[in-house]
Amino acid sequence: MTTTDATAVAVSHEAVRSPLREFWRKFRRNRTAMAAGFCLLALALAAAAAPLIAPFDPAAFDYDRILEGPSADHWAGTDAYGRDIFSRILWGARISLSVGLLSVLLGGVAGVALGLIAGFRGGWIDSLIMRVCDVLLAFPGILLAIGIVAILGPGIENVIYAVAIFSVPVFARLVRGSTLSLKRAVYVDAARAIGVRDRLLMVRHILPGTLPSVIVYVSMRIGTSILTAASLSFIGLGAQPPSPEWGAMLADGRSYIGVASHVTFYPGLAIFLTVLAFNLLGDGLRDALDPKLR
Amino acid sequence: MLKYLVGRLAGILPVLLVISVFVFGFVHLLPGDPARLVAGPDATQQDVELVRQDLGLDQPLWVQYGRFLGNAVQGEFGRSMKSKRPVSQEIGERFLPTLYLTIVAMVWATLAGLLIGVASATKRGRWQDHVGMIVAVSGIAFPSFWLGLLMIDLFSVKLGWLPTSGYGTWQHYVMPSLTLGLGVAAVMARFTRSAFIEIAREDYVRTARAKGVPARLVVWKHTLRNALIPIITMVGLQFGFLLGGSIVVETVFSWPGLGRLLVDSVNYRDYTVIQAEILLFSLEFIIINLLVDVLYAFANPEIRYS
Repeated sequence: MTTTDATAVAVSHEAVRSPLREFWRKFRRNRTAMAAGFCLLALALAAAAAPLIAPFDPAAFDYDRILEGPSADHWAGTDAYGRDIFSRILWGARISLSVGLLSVLLGGVAGVALGLIAGFRGGWIDSLIMRVCDVLLAFPGILLAIGIVAILGPGIENVIYAVAIFSVPVFARLVRGSTLSLKRAVYVDAARAIGVRDRLLMVRHILPGTLPSVIVYVSMRIGTSILTAASLSFIGLGAQPPSPEWGAMLADGRSYIGVASHVTFYPGLAIFLTVLAFNLLGDGLRDALDPKLR
Repeated sequence: MLKYLVGRLAGILPVLLVISVFVFGFVHLLPGDPARLVAGPDATQQDVELVRQDLGLDQPLWVQYGRFLGNAVQGEFGRSMKSKRPVSQEIGERFLPTLYLTIVAMVWATLAGLLIGVASATKRGRWQDHVGMIVAVSGIAFPSFWLGLLMIDLFSVKLGWLPTSGYGTWQHYVMPSLTLGLGVAAVMARFTRSAFIEIAREDYVRTARAKGVPARLVVWKHTLRNALIPIITMVGLQFGFLLGGSIVVETVFSWPGLGRLLVDSVNYRDYTVIQAEILLFSLEFIIINLLVDVLYAFANPEIRYS
């Protein structure tokens, strides 16, 4: 008798765990992902506080100290104009992080909406949306982005749109898949039976169910987007000098390879570590939120 | 199989149509008058009108589109606005260097990815697995242009072993192909590892092990051969990724290929070349995707008949 009671208590205790706490319990155990998350949080704070904490003005020339290696004054050395590279990287983090976030949010919102409509409505709307997504997915992101930049013109703002567009099909396909299965869930049937309208059904009852996998993809896509944006800037189609965008800094420093390799080394390291952190965070989120995506 | 092929071929027609409309509309999407663009900033109004008539830009859009399509099918894209040479010639010269670079990168990346993936899967949880996966995870996040610059710094400037840029001898291939292939090798390693682990759980692998087949044979014959089907698909998909990646890598190493031509023509606003390049790149992706699908259907009857 007492044992059954104990199990019953244990079971109900188990059931009380909210999905959020369950997620946190699993996620916390993944030390790599936790570390990546903390690094990104620190980077975001540092980027936000760049005007306060950057030791130098990122645009200030100092012709007495050009191409100096790392020192106590200049932690990452100086570039060809004597600008402090560490300060520029800090300011550049603002650009890279906002490009990554904005483009993925923009593409994510559009993609989620399209995927929801495609999965929920079905029929010709579904076919149309999915065919267009197939075409977009068939291209590697950077080529599509170059095509868009060729039309809109170079510049970081256009890079955000370009990168956003090729995030759309990724999210649309993902959300369509989960919508198709959620559409048949009993609780959705129940909601429909009591007369909940389609729009509310989609937004209130189906959308939340698709979010875990969306969150995982957001983290992974931010890494990819930052890398693509930096690549575009590097080949001269994104942020233009004197912007301290990381890819543009690498392009700037190319000519000093061998003479002053630190000019390209530190911005490159910043890109690598940031993208790595987003990917590791994404892996951790996936394992904790949605193991079936693996 | 034939039915599948026909269906698959019919499926790419709408895709081709969408792309051709996009590429055709490209010049019309640009701000400004396309005739003025072609004639150049110094041309008189009369010249601009001549160019307009010459290019048929005074005709209705659908006539223009028909002409564009007819010319494109024959590989005729007009002249480069920068070099004044025929676009087909410009692109023709650049095609092979990119193809060679892509193939070299693909071959080493696939082999390295397979080896790392199998090593990680067979030594699951041991140090080989950890090292392999650290390499793979880092490889995916590594900016290729940074890797290129780091290698130039070490192998060309400091050690003097390899040329920094250019095209011709095998030495020229080493750094560009390593740079280009890194991401693919990383993806392949991760993918091979999980495909391998999945197949290793199958009954026939257990049976082989149980009846005393040597471990090495189980790994290479029973497991890897069956894991190869999804891996082949992955290789095909990565080809598209490589063609995209070549744009950046060719810029780093001044490789005389299509990617560099595309970047140059975007910078010079050489729209005739951009048009032809986007069409060519799209065609390549479509053909590669088609080949992958056909290969896959060939290997896996379930797909063919569903």
